[in-house]
Amino acid sequence: MANLIEIKGVRHAYRTDAGPLPVLDGLEISVPEGGFVAVVGPSGCGKSTLTRLIAGLMKPDQGEVWLHGERVKGPRSTVGMAFQNPVLLEWRTILKNVLLPLEIVPTKLSRKEAEDRARFLLSLVGLEGFEDKRPSELSGGMRQRASLCRALIHQPDVLILDEPFGALDAFTREDLWQTMHKVKEREPFTGVLITHDLRESIFLADQVVVLSGRPARTQYVLDVPSTGPRTLDDLYTPAAAEQLNILRHQIQIAQGRAQSEDTAA
Amino acid sequence: MMAQKYLRAIGVPLIAVVVFLLFWEWLVWVNGWPKFKMAAPSDLLPAYERHWNLFVSMGWQTLWRTVLGLVLAVIFGTLLGMIMGFSRIMRDALYPLLVGFNAIPKATVVPIVALMFVGQHDFNTVLLAFMISFFPIAVSVSIGLSTLEPEYRDILRSLGASQATIFWKIALPKTLPEFFGALKVAVTLAFIGTNLMEIVSPHGRGLGALFDSGRTNSDFPLMFAVLIALAFLGIVLYYIVVALEKIFAGWAERSPG
Repeated sequence: MANLIEIKGVRHAYRTDAGPLPVLDGLEISVPEGGFVAVVGPSGCGKSTLTRLIAGLMKPDQGEVWLHGERVKGPRSTVGMAFQNPVLLEWRTILKNVLLPLEIVPTKLSRKEAEDRARFLLSLVGLEGFEDKRPSELSGGMRQRASLCRALIHQPDVLILDEPFGALDAFTREDLWQTMHKVKEREPFTGVLITHDLRESIFLADQVVVLSGRPARTQYVLDVPSTGPRTLDDLYTPAAAEQLNILRHQIQIAQGRAQSEDTAA
Repeated sequence: MMAQKYLRAIGVPLIAVVVFLLFWEWLVWVNGWPKFKMAAPSDLLPAYERHWNLFVSMGWQTLWRTVLGLVLAVIFGTLLGMIMGFSRIMRDALYPLLVGFNAIPKATVVPIVALMFVGQHDFNTVLLAFMISFFPIAVSVSIGLSTLEPEYRDILRSLGASQATIFWKIALPKTLPEFFGALKVAVTLAFIGTNLMEIVSPHGRGLGALFDSGRTNSDFPLMFAVLIALAFLGIVLYYIVVALEKIFAGWAERSPG
């Protein structure tokens, strides 16, 4: 099967006053259509740069980013984004916020169809009845749910999530993980999730990519085999414990706090 | 319930005004100040009665020149704020100039302007109202635009939106609360500008000139009547801005509690 997202040998450096600051160095990631990859790594290792590269908001110094067999050269409307900060527009209702991308991206939907779709997405994430509320009337978790709907309204084939649950409390976060599974079932997408939370990564993704410390390269890839729909109970099985252990160890290597076997030998 | 709310909204400020006027009247009475030293509120009514046609025509002069100066300040201030908000280089270049310009007391500019454009009283007055009031608008717009979180931009840019679309859909509405905050300041400043020119320039018009003629005749009741008329105009303009703010940026208002 062709990969929907293909990141090949990407290198990138930021120009600073103290000279170039390399953030990405030889990044290799491929995500098959319908796949969900989680990217974890030490703080400040260039994970957010990665999302901006995939979204076409910036170009890498070297290497290539491909989406759908096309090289990414600039922003494309087939991408949906959600950030840690839900960035809803305070002067619009929740429904109008969700509809925002359709004011930019050409759509075949009529006004009525677009609204129906927005209402459907809102009900899918549990925001039925909040369509006419303002963002300031919603809790943090609810705002994030609305931001998710906005990222999906134009049926993007790639959903980029940059730590969307990072600022939420633990229970709300777990609630949203389950919502994500529900959403993916009804609205299939290919996903890239940037996260600091290892449990989140194995619960949501079917592939976890560990990045090394700055400058980041692909250090380790963990496949998370899926056996049917996941529940939160799956996080407390021996298999999950083992996966978390591997990831934790890899993060320590990335942080320079542990030796990898091949260099230790 | 509703009637009670309105009664409170109008009644409380009204009582405050009456208390203030009574205190003023009492202060003049208890000190036994004569009319050529200080006017009491009871002296004002005769002053209005005597000169009401002057108050109407001069008030109108002051009002239209202030509003015109303010409109120009809004246009110029917004453009300047946009330039400084979007371009780092322009911000670095223009900020010191602007701050320096704003630091100059405008009273010192009045004679210069009056001499430069001698005889063009309308032009001078509008110019001064404009010069004194564009600064807060330019600063607020530039700060509003430059502090826009990058994620807001990215949400639209990732969909291929143009800079103009991002400005109209996000940057502009997001800056409106700051803009109206600055406009409230600018309204009162513009009045100061208009009156400075009206008072200082010879053969001036407007409430400022009326004040000046009261001064030369030691007509204290007239001078105080002008001050009250100015305060009234200021309040009216201020609340027009508040009403506009409610319409265009009412979303930014949080209900208390």
